[in-house]
Amino acid sequence: MAKIIVLTSGKGGVGKTTSAAAIAAGLALRGKRTVVIDFDVGLRNLDLIMGCERRVVFDLINVINGDAKLNQALIKDKRNDNLYIFPTSQTRDKDALRRDGVERVLDELKEDFDYIICDSPAGIEHGAITALYFADSAIIVTNPEVSSVRDSDRIIGILASKSRRAEHNLEPVDAHLLLTRYSLERVKKGEMLSVEDVNEILSIPLLGVIPESESVLRASNTGTPIVFDPESPAGRAYVDAVARFLGEQREMRFVKPERRSLFRTLLGRA
Amino acid sequence: MRLLDFLFPERRNTAGIAKDRLKIVLAHERANRDAPDFLPALQKDLLEVVGRYVEVRSDMLRVNVGKSGDTSLLEINLEIDGAKVKPVRNGAAPPLPKTAPAPRLDLSGPAPWVKPT
Repeated sequence: MAKIIVLTSGKGGVGKTTSAAAIAAGLALRGKRTVVIDFDVGLRNLDLIMGCERRVVFDLINVINGDAKLNQALIKDKRNDNLYIFPTSQTRDKDALRRDGVERVLDELKEDFDYIICDSPAGIEHGAITALYFADSAIIVTNPEVSSVRDSDRIIGILASKSRRAEHNLEPVDAHLLLTRYSLERVKKGEMLSVEDVNEILSIPLLGVIPESESVLRASNTGTPIVFDPESPAGRAYVDAVARFLGEQREMRFVKPERRSLFRTLLGRA
Repeated sequence: MRLLDFLFPERRNTAGIAKDRLKIVLAHERANRDAPDFLPALQKDLLEVVGRYVEVRSDMLRVNVGKSGDTSLLEINLEIDGAKVKPVRNGAAPPLPKTAPAPRLDLSGPAPWVKPT
């Protein structure tokens, strides 16, 4: 039975889509059949981050409305056979994302996949609520910054009260914290909330810390999920986060100053 | 001293300030998160009724929904210490101003703040 994971944050621009792409690709690299769905109706972007924008023919709303079959809308990733992308529509009609339709689509996907990743839009409106409603697990993408932490707290509350699991008194959605755009340098200077600070405030299990990294912009420029770049510190951090999600123990990287070899220091590389 | 300040400017730990502010605002927001939507209206009605007898301000009233063990509680705290008592004629307060009748309460189901089990 497939597991439905929502990536959500409340606040926009914290790295939900980047993280959804990275985690989906990371799960696929681990041999899990994974589909990543864009729930941001009207502001489609997952296709660009995944590098398949020119292959979009049908979308989520077409399938919900019965205008296309599921396998007509799913885009198979060219880099990994286990990975599929389900783009959203550019329609401005937000109500097109009907909950019963979404449920039908998810039920159908469950038969074929191990993991269904839902990339939520920002905010706490209809789209965001629909994206999190059916989730079994949630990954709360948070920046070490006051407005992001506050919005994450709000979303954790919504998961606990408005999700399907909450409404049906099932086991609650298990929420994990993914701290992105982390700068150890600024934390050391006392300019940025530390991972311990955020963890203490939100008190949900920590899935990973993704360092602020130039490689993330380079990856989005070329439409490559960051885990496909083995050189990237952010990519390695996502690979670790995926391993932890699958139940492995991995020490957190990039949260303590790493010992740099003299060679690297001389080369000036991080 | 000046030179030292210039060479080693004192950095304020702004992350600490951020953490403290977040803790305070979130404690407040979490307390109100599960509040039923009717609380503000109930608060207004209570003030109106009590206001017929005693002069009360809105900040004197605190209405909360909480839990005590297995029991859901509607907790109403009204502080009237030092409040001015209004004159009562023939044992009755002046009538409420005429307003539209309140919607009938549906008492058949459980109270709206009680989670179905």
